[in-house]
Amino acid sequence: MTERRRGGGNALILIGLFMLACMVALTLFGSLIAPYDPSETSPDSLAAPSAAHWLGTDSIGRDVLSRLIVGGRTTLVITFIAVFCALAGGLVLGLFSGYVGGVVDQVIMRALDIVFAFPVFLLAIAVVAALGPTVPNLILTIAIVYTPILARVVRAPVLSVKRWDHVEAARSVGVSEFSIALRHVLPLVVSPILVQTSLTLAQTIFTVTALSFLGLGPPPPDPNWGGMLAEARQFMELAPLTVIGPAAAIVFATLTFIVLANGLREKLDVRSQ
Amino acid sequence: MQSTDPILQVRDLVVKFTSGGVTTQVVNGLSFDINPGEAVGFVGESGCGKSVTARAVMRLEPEGSSVQWRGSVRFQGQELLQLPERDMLAVRGRRIAMVFQDPMTSLNPVMTVGQQIDDMVRRHTGASAAQARARTVELLGLVGIRDARRRADDHPHQFSGGMRQRVLIAMAVSCAPDLLIADEPTTALDVTVQAQILRLLMRLRSELGMALMLITHDFGVIAGMVERVHVMLGGAIVEHGPVDRIFSSPQHAYTRALLDAVPRIDQARSLP
Repeated sequence: MTERRRGGGNALILIGLFMLACMVALTLFGSLIAPYDPSETSPDSLAAPSAAHWLGTDSIGRDVLSRLIVGGRTTLVITFIAVFCALAGGLVLGLFSGYVGGVVDQVIMRALDIVFAFPVFLLAIAVVAALGPTVPNLILTIAIVYTPILARVVRAPVLSVKRWDHVEAARSVGVSEFSIALRHVLPLVVSPILVQTSLTLAQTIFTVTALSFLGLGPPPPDPNWGGMLAEARQFMELAPLTVIGPAAAIVFATLTFIVLANGLREKLDVRSQ
Repeated sequence: MQSTDPILQVRDLVVKFTSGGVTTQVVNGLSFDINPGEAVGFVGESGCGKSVTARAVMRLEPEGSSVQWRGSVRFQGQELLQLPERDMLAVRGRRIAMVFQDPMTSLNPVMTVGQQIDDMVRRHTGASAAQARARTVELLGLVGIRDARRRADDHPHQFSGGMRQRVLIAMAVSCAPDLLIADEPTTALDVTVQAQILRLLMRLRSELGMALMLITHDFGVIAGMVERVHVMLGGAIVEHGPVDRIFSSPQHAYTRALLDAVPRIDQARSLP
């Protein structure tokens, strides 16, 4: 379905994919590339950037660059797993709800509306407070929060595609409802899902770092971007790079997915059917 | 014994739709027979219940409203209206198949035409992927698509309307059904392509020995295609008989009106 689509977006997608590749490479090989052990302290605290410490050191003398590289892994892994879970939940609920329709649809969508009505952070704080600040709980919270958004994005086009002629034609040759939903409806609604997933990844990066910043993230001493930002905040005037580093990394990661989402939207949003 | 009994027996068929709390009766006690291998036409204006009747035989429910069927639809002695949905899956496409009006929208745009026919063949015959593809290529050749092996890997948008209708016909006849329902199969096509598609349907019908239920609003399409005609109006059959008799001496005023509505090339007509 990639062939013969018109529209721009290729440049944006390429830039986005390149940025994504950089991040994934750092995530996979971060611990090999990092010049120091991210948890190793030294007496040289809050050092200015030098040849030995490119981005300086933090308040207890740990290398900021190494912590940035290794901390990215925690943030990105949480983000990817959480969004994957939300996507899986959104696909199942949105497709089922939209395809079956009627009362089932009403019940599922109203239930999701209730979840959707909760502010993200309030829900996250409640879950983490109740279950404890562990990585699985963080993932669970984020997956729950973003499932309704993805479910809606899946459901809306399903409602119209399920009435298209080819669906009835498939039914008339004996295709079961399950196969129709999977093979004749779902493949036609992937474009908006791709775009929304990319946007959700951007939002989730932000949410994960924000929750970590508030102390609801993975526990120390393992580095993560939000936690680094929180620790460095008090020494902002003395060692600005300890704040600028993680902040820039968060911006870069968020931007990656926004660029990708915009590229995908431009490329796929051509009414080509 | 099958050769003398009708393949399809419809008795007192009533179809009602309920949408937004309002119930409308679209088909009012329809009865007709179709014999094995016979071609039968159903003619009437839009909204007279022809398509709804065909869909009732296939038990295809329209989206967005609930439908109620009453009466009896017996196909090869089996009552279809009472059949569990699971058993109905084996009837659709295998024993009764359908060709739709609009070939532009009746194919899945993101699958190649070959995949779509393969799917259907595998579903009903349990063939392997390679066997199914061989059958698909054979079927595409049968409906007159040149270079079928290569064309099977093309997507629907790479085919013209007439070619897409051929693909849909190939899919419909893939399991050699006993009854083919063609619901306005040529309405969305150019006149020249219409004739080709009608000839194709006739050829396949005699080659495969299928019965044909041809639904149209156009008496021009019926001529030369079918043995018997049912003229429908307001969800009921107002006249039926052998096609020659209907053409030569229509009894019902509505039949005459429909016949007069066929434009003739050799007569100058002033539009009302």
